[in-house]
Amino acid sequence: MSGRFFGAAVTRVEDARLLTGTGHYVDDIELPGMLHAAFVRASFAHGRIRSIDKRDALAMPGVVAIYTMDDFADIAQGPMPPMAPHPLLKTPITYHPLSDTEVRHVGEAIAIVLADSRANAEDAAAAVILDVEYLPTVSDVALAHEANSPTAHSQHASNIAATMKAGFGDCARIFAKADHVLTEQFDIHRGGCHAMECRGVVANIDLLTDALTISTSSQSPYMVRRHLAAYLDRDENGIRVMTPDVGGGFGPKANVYAEEFAVALSTIKIRRPVKWIEDRQEHFVATTQQRGQIWSIDVAFDNNGRMRAIRGHCIHDNGAYAPYGLILPATAIASFPGPYALEALDLTVDVVLTNLVPTSPVRGACRPNVAFLLERLADRIARHLGMDRQDVRQRSFVKAEQMPYTTGLKARDGSPISYDSGDYTGALNLVLDKIAAKDFEARRKESKQRGKLRGLGIASCVEDTGIGPFEGASIRVTPAGKVIVATGASSQGQGHRTAFAQIAADALGVELEDVTVETADTAKFPLGISTIASRIAVTAGSSVQLAAHKVRAKAITFASHQLEVDEHDLELEGGAVRVKGIADMKIKLSEIARALAGSTGVPLPGNMEPDLAATAYFNSNALTFAYGANACEVEVDPETGDVRVVRYVVVHDCGKLINPLIVDGQIRGGVVHGIGNALFERMIYDEQGQPLTTTYGDYFLPMASEMPPIEIHHMETPSPRNPIGVKGAGEGGTIPAAACVISAVEDALGPNGPFIPVHPISPQQVVQWLKATR
Amino acid sequence: MTERSLTFTLNGQPREAKVDPRVHLGDFLRHSLGLTGTHIGCEHGVCGACTVIVDGSPVRSCLMLAVQIDDCTVETVESLGKPGDLSPLQQAFAANHGLQCGFCTPGMLMTLEAFLRTTPAPTEEDVRIAISGNICRCTGYQGIVQATLDTASTKANRT
Amino acid sequence: MKAPPFQYHRPQTREELGTLLSSLENAKILAGGQSLMPMMNLRVLAPDHLIDINRIPGLAGIRETPEGIEIGAMTRQADILSSDVVKARLPLLSRALEHVGHIQTRARGTIGGSCCHLDPSAEQPAMCAILDAEFIVTRPDGHRIVPASEWFEGLLQSALGEQEFLEAIRIKPWAKGHGYGFAEYARRHGDFAIAGGAALIEASKDGRITRAALLSFGIEASPRRLSDAEAALIDQPIGKLDLEPAVAAARALDAMEDVHVTPDYRRHLAGVLIRRALNEACTTLERQP
Repeated sequence: MSGRFFGAAVTRVEDARLLTGTGHYVDDIELPGMLHAAFVRASFAHGRIRSIDKRDALAMPGVVAIYTMDDFADIAQGPMPPMAPHPLLKTPITYHPLSDTEVRHVGEAIAIVLADSRANAEDAAAAVILDVEYLPTVSDVALAHEANSPTAHSQHASNIAATMKAGFGDCARIFAKADHVLTEQFDIHRGGCHAMECRGVVANIDLLTDALTISTSSQSPYMVRRHLAAYLDRDENGIRVMTPDVGGGFGPKANVYAEEFAVALSTIKIRRPVKWIEDRQEHFVATTQQRGQIWSIDVAFDNNGRMRAIRGHCIHDNGAYAPYGLILPATAIASFPGPYALEALDLTVDVVLTNLVPTSPVRGACRPNVAFLLERLADRIARHLGMDRQDVRQRSFVKAEQMPYTTGLKARDGSPISYDSGDYTGALNLVLDKIAAKDFEARRKESKQRGKLRGLGIASCVEDTGIGPFEGASIRVTPAGKVIVATGASSQGQGHRTAFAQIAADALGVELEDVTVETADTAKFPLGISTIASRIAVTAGSSVQLAAHKVRAKAITFASHQLEVDEHDLELEGGAVRVKGIADMKIKLSEIARALAGSTGVPLPGNMEPDLAATAYFNSNALTFAYGANACEVEVDPETGDVRVVRYVVVHDCGKLINPLIVDGQIRGGVVHGIGNALFERMIYDEQGQPLTTTYGDYFLPMASEMPPIEIHHMETPSPRNPIGVKGAGEGGTIPAAACVISAVEDALGPNGPFIPVHPISPQQVVQWLKATR
Repeated sequence: MTERSLTFTLNGQPREAKVDPRVHLGDFLRHSLGLTGTHIGCEHGVCGACTVIVDGSPVRSCLMLAVQIDDCTVETVESLGKPGDLSPLQQAFAANHGLQCGFCTPGMLMTLEAFLRTTPAPTEEDVRIAISGNICRCTGYQGIVQATLDTASTKANRT
Repeated sequence: MKAPPFQYHRPQTREELGTLLSSLENAKILAGGQSLMPMMNLRVLAPDHLIDINRIPGLAGIRETPEGIEIGAMTRQADILSSDVVKARLPLLSRALEHVGHIQTRARGTIGGSCCHLDPSAEQPAMCAILDAEFIVTRPDGHRIVPASEWFEGLLQSALGEQEFLEAIRIKPWAKGHGYGFAEYARRHGDFAIAGGAALIEASKDGRITRAALLSFGIEASPRRLSDAEAALIDQPIGKLDLEPAVAAARALDAMEDVHVTPDYRRHLAGVLIRRALNEACTTLERQP
């Protein structure tokens, strides 16, 4: 699949608006009579609310109403529906739109204040008085996992919400006979998300029909509609949800949030538009966070470094609720065995509740954790055997000639998981070549002369992308000859409008500027799932291709009638259907669209179906597996412990590239996110569940001044599992990055340095490690 | 709260307005004047999304009160090019994929616009330090840095 | 979050400012706003009155006087950084200012604001401490001069009285060609430093140290001069300096703890950074022919 636009690094159609301040984000919406919401949030991690006194607050300037859950009794009550029910979760563990009585983490919403301005609403929120019975708190996941721990939910007997098991092969036999067995503990820290646009919702109600219109900064507008309809016991038809421009998502915006429901309920109650814009302080305590996990791993390997089997136990920090079911811990299991051809695997994941903000997928979900485990283990084995790190990998990887490779794990429907294509060894060799690994020792020496310790890190990964069930698209050619593509896939900056326009323009023989792409408005396209898990290029991209080909076929059929030419002799070019080789025998798409729009009393040619339009869904029934190999170099200042990533090279295979400019941007942003995980981002809580790093002065996001340039090389192995040959690319930068950086730091600290099974690491730790080495 | 009157120059046009003193400049631009190109990212002066130019200097509009721009000259992203007529820096952002979600972009542009006026021939290191007070979660910064270097060298070649 | 409500005042003269300071309760002076505004937006501070001193004439500017270089309290960090006078005569201050915040915060932030706020890791008050600056304070009945040794009263606490405001900071430059060195460690460029060190030296024609100042900041609640180590440097030959007393003094400080860093690591850094600063001072020292 390639064409004039597919595969070309065309600049994005989104950019002109976004560069000129004419983007349209949720906080840009102003409606007549709109009220501004602020939430009364818990300042404590666990407690039971005895009473709420809102009298003083109600008397404050500009305040119109203050609601608690009880105030919505005539509309709806009870916990929110689970987004992803799972048989292991016997009762869903979801929020109420506003906490009913028991509050389970700092930041949980208790009441909503509506006022004429956000500032006035915040003043009043601060004046609402809570009478609280404090309950025992658990903020450390390892302690929460213990049998005698206080429970995050007072009615639970244990914090273990579910125990997930998966595996294949005969671990007992392999471990009994293996040449070597090592056991390691890993501690992977939770972090925040930090899209630069926080969340936000504007809800409005039609006073005649009661229909709700909701604009939300979300990755899952259709899920918001579905679950809100269920909660309100309304038909979906009465709820329109749309996403305007969204300022970054990275996972957490895929959840359906309590605030979205509370704002909708408030609008229904007060019958006025209501806007709530999450501020950064709220983002730190109320938006879901990243992947904290503790792993205990046994690995069996043979004398020549071949990794044979893994036994692993994971304590997964799910926070106080499971709004997204078990999706996040499930991605940990799904990420095994990575690029390694294991003979046996035995995994147990205990999903543990704590009195902290819930975790849910953030860029890579738990895939970066598993890449970290596997890659750290490969380095560990190499060190144990005194081998090169790449040799362990090459002996352990799935080979290109084994593709498609059945891993041994099963998908949710019980079908075997198989990697569709790829050359993991080739990718690793290429990245080592590109970073000039063979000359590394000279560079190490040069750094040493400047007083710096240089290290080389490597890490590979395999990423399941394009998860089902589907996305869809409808394409319509208007009588003006313009092509309108509508899809349920929401966008958060990935350039979907450009990529989909590229696909449609090629299929229909029009220019890019003739195509308009509308995303994620439930009034414009009936169904959508979510923009998550690197799935949109595969699912929605393929559906655009399928729909465009239906439209194309229809245009050709019409032209065949009109021109009395065989369909095979027709092609689409220059906005028209024309006879191959005869440039002026053609009918413009605009004429076909006008004809198929119909005129009174005139039958359509060939009794064709009206409208030059088509809708198609692509059912993604089998995952496609992107992969990559990364290498980087760090310099460590042995005196301060400072770690600087000085070079970073990515080899990446996501199948066919729709737009290399966009793919490279996804990878670069993802790598920097992973460097943040490795070196900077630490969300610290005290024993009482109080967050201690709630400003950008304390929570360190990666900045331009510390980030390296990132060099990217593509291998393009088309996926056989979709019509456009693509694999997902949104998370492949992040997944191996933390593993790669930590591998380099460990290499820099030298053969007497420690094995590093944690991240983020701190300069302080580096200094301690170096002291211990001396 | 008593509102205060102020006069100022906004994107080349003289303006008068009344404002509640507690409103910061970013909110004033967005919600009182309807110039929603300036974005609010953290409201505690670290992320840089709200950067605008006041009297020639890039400032964080969440850390200035709107009343403080009385008699001042303010430039926002709306003063740069328009769709179809982008400024050289905006064009370079598009060409180098220096933006994804677009939320940090106006702050980046205004920071770099002011920076390039005083530093017409920066090094890569200069550019990275110039935007060390602007967070971008999407791009990994590289496209932004390259766009700035390209803009500077194109301008140098032209003059 | 939005700042809580307050009364806004914008005095046009020192007299008006003085009157406001003597009459208002729970008032805060708004200088550059780069520390005060975040604290208000985070609702950590809720003053009833905000006194904006940005429009009082003469509070900003850099002047050379017989008593030294006078930097008006409202002088923006960007203006100090680009000042040729400061570059030539107070090179250490220039050097340190490169590490202060980012171009947006330096465009608004003032030296006076920083010296009144007194964050323990702030570079500007630290430079005032090592340069033995004098703080010129205006009070209802005139002026008083506070030496740097008396300015720092504790964490976020200056010697400024409730009815006083800082007028200017006066610094006597060191001899032409003096050596200066600055080193700090922050996780990211422009972040508040975890720790820092600075050094100033003058030397005789035969290359022996005649005058020295050493300072660690970010370690204790206020910047700390390492006086004994300064004395120990006198008469030592450049190139063969014994750095250990300075390092030992820095490492003996009573270091603070925070959520990221232990006192031990801070002390360790204090030693590393004072050594770097002193080494740098030796390289910037212009040898007399």
